[in-house]
Amino acid sequence: MSENAKPILAVRGLDVRFETNDGPVQAVNGIDLDIMPGETVAVVGESGSGKSQTMMAIMGLLASNGRATGSAKYRDQELIGLGEKRLNRVRGAKMTMIFQEPMTSLDPLYRIGRQIAEPLVHHAGMGRSAARKRCIELLRLVGLPEPERRIDSFPHELSGGQRQRVMIAMALANDPDILIADEPTTALDVTIQAQILELLADLQKRLGMAIVFITHDLGVVRRFAERVYVMKLGDVVEEGRTAAIFDDPTHDYTRMLIKAEPSGSKPPVEESSPVLLEGKDVVVGFRQENAGWFSGSSEFRAVDGISLRLRRKQTIGVVGESGSGKSTLGRALLRLVHGRGTVRYGDRDISSLDKRGMRPLRKELQIVFQDPFGSLSPRMTVGQVITEGLLVHEPDLSRRERDKRAIDGLKDVGLDPAMRNRYPHEFSGGQRQRIAIARAVILKPKVMVLDEPTSALDRSVQKQIVELLRRLQEEHDLSYVFISHDLAVVRAMSDYILVMKDGKVVEEGVAERIFDHPEKEYTQALVQAAMDTDPITVSAAR
Amino acid sequence: MSQSDPTIAEEGPAVTADATTGRSLWQDAWIRLRRNRAAVASAVVLLVFVVAGVFGPMVAPHPYDAIYTQYVRVPASLEAYPRADTIEPAFERALKRARVDVGKVTVDGSSVSAPISKDEKIDPRIVRYLDRSDIFHDATITDLNDAVTQGVMTAAVTRELFPFGTDANGRDLLSRILIGVRVSLAIGVLASFMSLVLGVGYGAVSGYLGGRVDDVMMRIIDILYSLPFIFFVILLVVFFGRNFVLIFIAIGCTEWLDMARIVRGQTLTLKRQEFVQAAEALGVGDMGVLKRHIIPNTLGPVMVFVTLLVPKAILLESLLSFLGLGVQEPMTSLGVLISEGAANMRSATWLLLFPAAALTIMLFALNFLGDGLRDALDPKDR
Repeated sequence: MSENAKPILAVRGLDVRFETNDGPVQAVNGIDLDIMPGETVAVVGESGSGKSQTMMAIMGLLASNGRATGSAKYRDQELIGLGEKRLNRVRGAKMTMIFQEPMTSLDPLYRIGRQIAEPLVHHAGMGRSAARKRCIELLRLVGLPEPERRIDSFPHELSGGQRQRVMIAMALANDPDILIADEPTTALDVTIQAQILELLADLQKRLGMAIVFITHDLGVVRRFAERVYVMKLGDVVEEGRTAAIFDDPTHDYTRMLIKAEPSGSKPPVEESSPVLLEGKDVVVGFRQENAGWFSGSSEFRAVDGISLRLRRKQTIGVVGESGSGKSTLGRALLRLVHGRGTVRYGDRDISSLDKRGMRPLRKELQIVFQDPFGSLSPRMTVGQVITEGLLVHEPDLSRRERDKRAIDGLKDVGLDPAMRNRYPHEFSGGQRQRIAIARAVILKPKVMVLDEPTSALDRSVQKQIVELLRRLQEEHDLSYVFISHDLAVVRAMSDYILVMKDGKVVEEGVAERIFDHPEKEYTQALVQAAMDTDPITVSAAR
Repeated sequence: MSQSDPTIAEEGPAVTADATTGRSLWQDAWIRLRRNRAAVASAVVLLVFVVAGVFGPMVAPHPYDAIYTQYVRVPASLEAYPRADTIEPAFERALKRARVDVGKVTVDGSSVSAPISKDEKIDPRIVRYLDRSDIFHDATITDLNDAVTQGVMTAAVTRELFPFGTDANGRDLLSRILIGVRVSLAIGVLASFMSLVLGVGYGAVSGYLGGRVDDVMMRIIDILYSLPFIFFVILLVVFFGRNFVLIFIAIGCTEWLDMARIVRGQTLTLKRQEFVQAAEALGVGDMGVLKRHIIPNTLGPVMVFVTLLVPKAILLESLLSFLGLGVQEPMTSLGVLISEGAANMRSATWLLLFPAAALTIMLFALNFLGDGLRDALDPKDR
C-alpha cells in the first residue's frame, strides 16, 4: 500500500445497528476500513464480530431491521443511504460478492448459464448470444471443466466446489474492481478449499481487482491476504500487514485467535484395553431407482465393508471428504441406520436387535451431531432437552431429581445451570454444542459417536469444545468415534485414524503415523491441504 | 442472522438480564404479533364479534325469531318505529275497523288520542283493535258521555327500534345478525378444531412412520379428497337429517384433509432434523418423539392454517345454508341471511348489506390475523 494511492473503497465511521425485540443491538461500532486497488484484504473475526454485517451494509443488503450510518465511498461515490437504483449500478457490477453457501446462493430453477448472463444483460446491456459467449469464457476462466456443456446444467448437477466456481464466475462477469468473498471456502472440503483459494489468487493476479476476504479461519488469511483487519464485537481491534499481525500481534484478541488452533495429541491406548464396540464388514446400502421402467434398482453403498474396533478410552478419528460415508458409518455403528455386517457391543451382537431391543443399550451408546442449531428442539427448554433421555432410561426419577441431574449435567459441560429454563435459540453455537454434549453425557454412556461436533464452530470455540471432550473422556472413561473433515481437530483428539473415501477405508493406523508419514496418495493430499501454511503461489495454478 | 443476536455475540456464559427464565419462541412470536397493527386491530375486531355472538342475542332488544307484522321489510334506521306520519293513519285504520267515527287525531309524544263517536253504544272491547297492533298498547277509552256514544280513545305508542331494518317476515335484522354471527363463529371454530385434531394426529403419524403406513394413509386421504363435498353433505343430510352438529362434522370431515397433508409435509422435514435423530439415539419411542418433538414443532404453520381455516369453514357453512342444506329456520346464520338478502336485493338492499358486511369484516379480521401470525411465527424474520 503506497501512501499516495487512493483507496478504491473507503469506509469511515460505519455504524450498523439492528432493531430487535430486546431493543437496538449494535453490530458494528463506527469502524474505518480502506481497500486499495488490487490488494487482498482479509477481515477476520469470530461469529458475531460484525465482519459480515459490515460488508452487507456497504452492499446495501442488511436485513430489514438493520440500519447503517456513517460513510462508505466507492471511488467518490457515497454508498450508504444511496437509493436502490443507483446502488445497483455499483453493486453487482463494480463491487460483487460471493457467499459462503454455494448450495443456496444459486437459484435451483435456472440453468447456470442464465444466472451468469443475468448481470451481463442487466448491467452491460449485452445481447443474449454475446452474453452466452462471455459466459463460456468466464466458466473457462474459473476452471470449470467443459464449459460449453456445463453452461446448460442446473445447479444441482454440480458439486459444491463447482458451484462456488460458478458463483465466482457470476461475480466476475462485469470486471469488478472489488470482489467481496464472505467465507467462500468454509463449506467446502479441504482439498477443494485449496483449489478455490488458488483460483481466487490466480484471478486476482490476472484481472487486478481488489479482494476483500471475510473469514474466521486464520490459516487461510495467513496464506492469502496482504493486509488484515481483526474485528471483535463490532470494532476493528487491530489492522496491519499479514506478516506483521501474525509475527507480532499487539492485541490480546488477535493473539487468542492465532493461538486457537487445536493443539495436543492423544497417546494410543494399551493393547490390553478391552474392545467395547466392534464393527465387522459393515455395509450400508441405499436403493436407487434407475431411470427407465425396466432397469430395476441398483444399490449405492455409502459404507462399503468397513471394520473397526473401538477400545475403552480410545478415540478413533474418522476422516474423509463430504460424501465419503463417514457419518453413515457412525450411525450404522449405533444402529441408527440399517446396515449389514456385524456390530458387537461388548460381547453382544447388536446387529440384529430391533428398536425395542436396542433401547436399553441406547443409554450407553450416544451421539453428538454436527449442527448445534438443528440438533436441539427449538420448542423445549434446555433443561427439558438434556433430561429427555432420563425420561426413557430412568422413568422413576421425580421431577426434582431430574432437575438436579440437569444442573449437574450443565455444570459438567461448563454452563451456568441457571440457564436450564431458557430456550436453545438464546444460546451461541458453542453453548448449544455443550448442551448437546450434556444431553449425551447425562446418561453416563460408554461410547460416544461425535459427528463433526466442531465443524460449525469458530476456531477458538472449537478449542474449548475439544478441551471439554478431552476432560469428559478422562472423567467418565469414555470412548469416542470422532468423525470430522477437519484434520487439525482430529489430530488433537484421536489416537487412531481411519481415512475414508467413497465408503471404503483408504488408510488406517495410529494417528501419529498417519499424519507424519501418510502412505496413500489420497491421505497425503488431505494432510497436505490441511496442514499447509505456505502462501498460495499463483504459479502453481494452471 | 446470528450477528443480530446479542447472546450469540460471545462465547462463554453470556448471561443476560435474567438467566433463570428464557423467552420461548411462542413468547417471541407474541411480541412480534403485538407490533403488527393490522393483526392487533383484527384481534380486537374478532373479540368484538365473539362478544357480540355470545352475549349479543341476550341483550338484543328483540328476540331473533319475533315477528312484527306491522314492520315487514322496514328499512334500516336509527329512528324508532313507528314514524310520526304513520301513527295517525294507523290509528285511524285500526279505529275504522272498530266501526267508530274518528275525530281529529292528536299525537303527543308517546301517546296518541282521538275523539271517537258512534251511532250506537261504544263497545269498550274495541280497544283490542288497537292493542292487537304492534304499534299501540294500553288503549283506553276515556271521557265517555252518558250515552256511551262519544268518548276519547287514548293509546300508548310502542316504539320499536330496528337499526338494521327488518326482513320479509318482519323480524329484526340486528338480532338475526347477532345470532347468525354466533352460529357462523361456532361452526367455524368447531369445524376448525375438529380438522385440527384429526389432521395433526393423522398427518404427524403418517409422516413420522413413513414407508408403507404413510402410503396407505395418504391414499385414504386421496380417496376422501375425491369425494365431492356437496354430495357428501347431501348424503349426510339424507342419513341423519338436518342438524347443526352435522354441518360442522361435514365441514370438519372435509377440511382436515388439507391439514393432514400440511402436517405430514412438516413432519417429513422435521423427521430429518438432527434433534429428532438425537431423540431416537436417546432411545425415545415413536410416541415420545411425536409428542415432544414433531407435534410442537408443527404447531406454528398449523396455527396459521387454522386462522385461515376458520373463515373457510364459515364460507362453506354459508354455501351450505345458501343451498338450503344448512341451519333451519327460524335459526339462522350469516349464510342464510345473505342468501335471503340476495333474493330481496332490489327491494330491500339492507337485507343483503348488513349480513354481508358482518361476514366480510369477520373474514377480513381472521385473514389479517392469520397473516400476522404467519409473519410472527416465521423464523426467517428473526
